[in-house]
Amino acid sequence: MKKQITLTVNDKIHEILIKSNETLLDILRNHLRITSVKAACWQGDCGLCTILLEGVPIKSCLVLAYEADNKRVITVEGLSIEGSVSKLQESFINNGAVQCGFCTSAFLLMGHYLLKQGKPLERKEIEHLLNGIICRCTGYKQIIDSILAVSSISSE
Amino acid sequence: MVNIFMTNYIGKSIPRKDAFDKVSGAAVYAFDIDNIPDMLFCKFLTSPHAHARIVSIDTSSAEKIPGVAAIATGKDWPVKIGLYAGDRDILAVEKVVWIGQPVVAVAAQTEEIAERALEAIEIEYEILPAILDPVAAKDSNEILVHEKMAEYGHSSAFNPVPGTNIANLFKLRKGNIKDGFSKADLVIENTFRMPQVAHAYLEPIVSIGHYCSDGTIEVWSSAQSPFTVRYLLGVTFAVPISNITVYTPYIGGGFGGKAGLNFEPLVVLLSRKAGNRPIKLRLTREENFRSAPIRVGMMAHIKTGVTSDGRITAEEIEYIWDSGAFADYAVNVGRAAGYVSIGPYDIDNIKSDSYTIYTNKPYATAFRGFGHMELHWVIERQRDFTANKIGMDPVVFRKSNTLKPGKSVTANQDRLREDAGSIDQCLDKVWIDLRENLSKTSPEKPWFFRGIGIAGFMKGPAQPPNSASSAYVKFSEDGGILVSVGTSEMGQGTITSLAQIAAEELGLPIEKVKIMGDRDTDRDAYTWQTVGSRSLFMDGNAVRDACKDAKGQIFEIASQVLRVPSEDLILKNELIFPKGEKWKHLSLAELVMGYMYPTGESIGGPIIGRGKYIAKMTMLDPETGAGKPTIFETFGAQGVEIKINALTGEITIKRLVSAFDIGKAINPELCKSQIIGGGVMALSIAMNEQLQYNEEGNLLNPNLVDYVISRAADIPEEFVSYLIENPQEDGPYGARGIGELTMLGVPAAIGNAIFNAISVQINDLPLSPEKVWSEIQQQRPELLASLKQKIFED
Repeated sequence: MKKQITLTVNDKIHEILIKSNETLLDILRNHLRITSVKAACWQGDCGLCTILLEGVPIKSCLVLAYEADNKRVITVEGLSIEGSVSKLQESFINNGAVQCGFCTSAFLLMGHYLLKQGKPLERKEIEHLLNGIICRCTGYKQIIDSILAVSSISSE
Repeated sequence: MVNIFMTNYIGKSIPRKDAFDKVSGAAVYAFDIDNIPDMLFCKFLTSPHAHARIVSIDTSSAEKIPGVAAIATGKDWPVKIGLYAGDRDILAVEKVVWIGQPVVAVAAQTEEIAERALEAIEIEYEILPAILDPVAAKDSNEILVHEKMAEYGHSSAFNPVPGTNIANLFKLRKGNIKDGFSKADLVIENTFRMPQVAHAYLEPIVSIGHYCSDGTIEVWSSAQSPFTVRYLLGVTFAVPISNITVYTPYIGGGFGGKAGLNFEPLVVLLSRKAGNRPIKLRLTREENFRSAPIRVGMMAHIKTGVTSDGRITAEEIEYIWDSGAFADYAVNVGRAAGYVSIGPYDIDNIKSDSYTIYTNKPYATAFRGFGHMELHWVIERQRDFTANKIGMDPVVFRKSNTLKPGKSVTANQDRLREDAGSIDQCLDKVWIDLRENLSKTSPEKPWFFRGIGIAGFMKGPAQPPNSASSAYVKFSEDGGILVSVGTSEMGQGTITSLAQIAAEELGLPIEKVKIMGDRDTDRDAYTWQTVGSRSLFMDGNAVRDACKDAKGQIFEIASQVLRVPSEDLILKNELIFPKGEKWKHLSLAELVMGYMYPTGESIGGPIIGRGKYIAKMTMLDPETGAGKPTIFETFGAQGVEIKINALTGEITIKRLVSAFDIGKAINPELCKSQIIGGGVMALSIAMNEQLQYNEEGNLLNPNLVDYVISRAADIPEEFVSYLIENPQEDGPYGARGIGELTMLGVPAAIGNAIFNAISVQINDLPLSPEKVWSEIQQQRPELLASLKQKIFED
């Protein structure tokens, strides 16, 4: 069974013919070739396929493409400002939050969402909110530091 | 002369060269390569039995499924492959030796079609008795994982014992063990264990193989060591090595799990069978757990003789390494851990046997620390046991026995260099910090206990004595350079440090130093492997050498143009000028493609600098282990402050304090990133991780929920990292390696802290709440009784 859906990804509208069993992750990686969206388990355990759907972080391997019809998706490309990077991306670079990079997009999107809430963030709170995404290289500390650093700038 | 010690880039925490690619989502991994024309996809069928003879394989119905291009079985290319020992089948040939071993592989138009084809394949097995326990396997002559071991090829550094399950026996001997024990006032014996664990790198293994119709081979792979993959593919398929190209894009974590040859031969074999079409294999997480290599398990028995004033007189150890079904790489884990058997200590009488053992379980390969986290779990727990028995402070006791310059490194005749760095300084830094910052308030409830623990350690790169690195530096017209090296970027950050070395040597701004994050064996300079914390030292020396070579060529031209002897020239800020006469300068851009005089006459030509470094080591004596096993040792110490809930066995880590004598921190922030990242990985392994099998040898936790990895909320409250810089004269700017070292002391430090907190000795990892809880039940029933009383009072 094929069906056409409309998906807005990083402000660009796409009309895509999907199979009923395809996930949003499949569409983003295989149809739209947005390879910044990673995957490491395909069953909701690792969090690497995190994207923002209607502004809210979700694991795209757990969403059927059909469910995303007429919705807006933001991937890490959507965080970059033309020709440059956002404050959070820059903070990741300067605070050493990047190692192998395979989880980086997921943490950036989750961090972006947390900062968007406009509330002052406590370290413990960030730790718990990041618990759904695995990083095997960094030990998380510098990822948390990077989000906190932007949070404290924007609250000044 | 003030400027002579000033550097522009050495010791500076510049941001990673690969960071922009990675935060922008542009970084490409083998996982992302889907656009090779005409590519097919691979799936394989695995063994459901831990040990069985293959009676028959029927692929006839699967072959008829539309979209299936090729089906391969072990008989298609029944050669044995492996790095150090050729013991591994590409696909099982005569028998299967673990649950998860690939038996039949299908190449098809899509993964879905390949999966359907697998369902149509029929395999008949004759089940054989399996052996899962490495201790039983060591002594078994009846159940053999490899009956034909005598026919296998292996490097002369190893001693397999055909007719047994012993893939390698490494012996270390020093002094006279009997005399040593007779001088002891006290002899302490213990047994320690660590289970097999998984690397759980996040990018699953991906390999694309293309056996081209002209006989050349192209491979794209998530491999740490492209040159070793190239070499072993050449051996496997009897193809000239120069006909093979291996591309490795950015690697989504490796930690040793992608160090050797993995699934590359399988996809190349299938490609040849599928009419030379490229084949992509991408493991699912479950396949990665079941069919890709893992970390060795360990069992060790140790006996230590000590005098009442704290001198160790003798140490006897037996290490048993559970390598699973193959030991093509893990024979070297047993060997490397064997020559370091006793850790960073100077003991006169040593007897150590290190056995790498075959069992019918998933097979082991390299993993960050390479046997040294395990051996220091043994040694550093034993040191605390011993100090406690004789009533000495654990660090005072250690320091009365630690390795000092001039003393032989472990048992062999290799003497510790004067510039080797200091284990004592590392121990002192950590111990003082832990004690000075110990929580002053008492825990909030009577059943919470605090404790501190420390562990010292050492490690050098485990590699063959002829391991080599090279580099080249190629200028562009504007005076910028491309640095080519063979070492891979898998997250550790070495390419950034190598770029800093080049910028420093050539007086260039770092922005003008380009270093690629991917590897291409045709394009890039050779290195043996990206393993063992060897790259900064070896490839760093090669980069420095290449820059010096380029600089020599530049000065040769400049000396003619400026009419000044080349030894009087200075290269700084992209300018070449005679000492003290900066105004007489030439720019790099004027020289690096050749210099043209105003008349049009030109000299020189495009500059390419080349550099190399080769290890300075020896083979080790098979009876005693004597010789020179490593190019350097890095010393370190780690300590923790923990809080333990005696009622639940839960442990929280308050502080992780680390000190490493790394000679010189080329990029201190990158070093700290390694310390934090490696520290958390080790905490995760120490406290949670374990591959669990049922009685048939079937893995019970092949996913990222049941196999528990530390998450963001699990990390210590505080990390303290000390970088000690006693320079190594032959290291680049004095540097030694650090990446692997960051894991080595963590498990033992936690084990020691548990004893410090609550007087409970735990000898087996992981230190999970259920294990800690059950040990408290057994060892401290009186404590629990009194705490239960307090709960009612609370």
